[in-house]
Amino acid sequence: MSNIILSVSNISKQYRLGLVGTGTLSHDLNRWWYAIRGKEDPFLKVGGVNDRSQKATSDYVWALKNIDFKVEQGEVLGIIGKNGAGKSTLLKILSRVTSPSTGEIKTKGKIASLLEVGTGFHPELTGLENIYLNGAILGMTKAEIKSKEDEIIEFSGCKMYIDTPVKRYSSGMRVRLAFAVAAFLEPDILVIDEVLAVGDAEFQKKAIGKMQDISKGDGRTVLFVSHNMVAVQNLCSRCIVLENGEIIKDGDTQEAINTYLSIGAITSNFKRVVDHEVKNVYIHDIQLLNDKNEMFNIIKSGDDFNLVIGVKSKKQVDNIIVELGVDGSNGERLVYLSNQLIERVIGLLPGENKIKLQIKKFPFLPGDYALAINLKETNGAKLDNVKNEFRFRVEGGDFFNTGKLNVKSRGKYLLEHDIFKI
Amino acid sequence: MNNSEDNWLYTISSKKKLIDFNFKEIWRYRDLLILFVKRDIVTLYKQTILGPLWYLIQPLFTALTFTIIFNKVANIETGEIPPFLFNLAGVSIWNYFNSCLTATSDTFKSNAAIFGKVYFPRIIVPLSIIISNLVKFGIQIIIFIVFYVIYYLQGADVHLDLSIVLFPILILLMGLFGLGLGMIISSLVTKYRDLKFLVSFGVQLLMYLSAVMYPLALVREKMPKMAWLVEYNPLAYIVETARFMLLGQGTITVFGIIYTISIIFMTLFFGIIIFNRTEKTFIDTV
Repeated sequence: MSNIILSVSNISKQYRLGLVGTGTLSHDLNRWWYAIRGKEDPFLKVGGVNDRSQKATSDYVWALKNIDFKVEQGEVLGIIGKNGAGKSTLLKILSRVTSPSTGEIKTKGKIASLLEVGTGFHPELTGLENIYLNGAILGMTKAEIKSKEDEIIEFSGCKMYIDTPVKRYSSGMRVRLAFAVAAFLEPDILVIDEVLAVGDAEFQKKAIGKMQDISKGDGRTVLFVSHNMVAVQNLCSRCIVLENGEIIKDGDTQEAINTYLSIGAITSNFKRVVDHEVKNVYIHDIQLLNDKNEMFNIIKSGDDFNLVIGVKSKKQVDNIIVELGVDGSNGERLVYLSNQLIERVIGLLPGENKIKLQIKKFPFLPGDYALAINLKETNGAKLDNVKNEFRFRVEGGDFFNTGKLNVKSRGKYLLEHDIFKI
Repeated sequence: MNNSEDNWLYTISSKKKLIDFNFKEIWRYRDLLILFVKRDIVTLYKQTILGPLWYLIQPLFTALTFTIIFNKVANIETGEIPPFLFNLAGVSIWNYFNSCLTATSDTFKSNAAIFGKVYFPRIIVPLSIIISNLVKFGIQIIIFIVFYVIYYLQGADVHLDLSIVLFPILILLMGLFGLGLGMIISSLVTKYRDLKFLVSFGVQLLMYLSAVMYPLALVREKMPKMAWLVEYNPLAYIVETARFMLLGQGTITVFGIIYTISIIFMTLFFGIIIFNRTEKTFIDTV
């Protein structure tokens, strides 16, 4: 039986770009003029897509556009997305900090938010006084706080400092105290935004445990926003992915995380923007090719991997160093390749040059990777580099020629090997 | 199963009701109101040597200065009443209004950090300001009583009027006026910061129009043409009424009382409407 506790329908939020200045007054007057005639706000019709990296096309932007979802009682819903995708705006609307431009949210339970811990702490008051103040801000009554006082102090682990003004606390202690107060809130729906970013490992573990108790033990609903995919995976039963203010995925946590990780992944064919042509030597395109010299999008583990780098040069260079690196999704360098390592001399002629990289049996497990390329002269002078711009995706493949299409491994690499009895 | 579909606790939407004053919700947050008041009072003079004595020093020195400048130098007549006592009464009452207004008019801006994170009825904050200032005023009125007794024993011609029983209501009206005006300004200041400057010097000017350091009768006598400026100022009327209650001297009329009360409630009503409209989205503009 479905038991919908929160229903979000068609929520949009419009923000004004730029400064508040004299222009605002005329827009306000215009809005007011429409309002008294009972007409719709004229500025709600304009507004560009929320893509932070693009130039604005309008004075207004949709931070959220037509957001629709329902949450069931006891569900832990993860909300993930890149910076500026609209996650916090959504939470702000849910926690009634600001109201939506259009749409409606209906709820059957009290919503309490834990947007940023330590909100409302007064530095001059003692830890205990702040527990009461913060609890009340979050919607608890004095009696409720009183009954949980000991538990809160215990959970925070700040017993020694409880009668000391909060201004003397370390930042970690402040977070502990604040989270402790919020953890003992008893709302029907708890909204949590990036609270685990601070605090030491022990406390993070404690906090995640507490949140699991809240959702599983007490059957309360939790909306959880985080960039920490491990925490999301551990906590959430369902996830929505936001991009540019719209929901692009709503479903199973693992699938949603994969969708999230693939945002911005470009594959197979990469062309450089023109302004690099001022350089003497520059990389203008990169192509992924299979063994038949065909372009392809997705590499499978175990495939042959061919990469053709198109380099334009304005002069002749007899000997250059080509360095390549493959980075994992967290930016960690996985391998380093170079023509120096294999003592291969590469020279450039004026005009178009193509450099090919061949890897037999691609050894990486499924995931998203970035390729870094660096060209330099033998004396160390930099020629051109590509970093974090070329991304590609690896899917499971038949690495060991066993017929299994998706080799699973616990490590990071696949390595051809043999194990037998002698 | 479907019958629960209509059973929503509340709805968040973009539509705004003209008056959305949820008493039940405010009552639910009463503990927060008390804690805010406590916080304001306890923390104001933390890490000062004189502590709450500052509450007393401010009005005493202001009254003293006024007495020297306006009564001794400028020769303003205060009738039978000792000028210092006259000024102390005016200053204490004016200060209550002044601190209510300046603090509430900054509600949204100074609480933006907390308002941006959690929801609670926003009106709790201005209400707490009115109450904590009331406590401050209470302390100041004690010092007034002390001087009152001293002057009385020295034979000054002061007497409490019977209407003194209505004094708390008068103070409440003063607080509500500060609240109403403060809410209007705080709502507008979120978008247009210009008002911030207007408030800081406007309040100062307003004091001169509010019969704080002179009796209302004096303006009528000396500047009959400009007297309306003061006469139609509800604040002047409250200050004058307070002096009538405390010191037994002042000119009040029934019309003045009705006029003042209606202005105050209109301001308050308008303040609540505009505050309600602002609280929903101010965080986007502040």
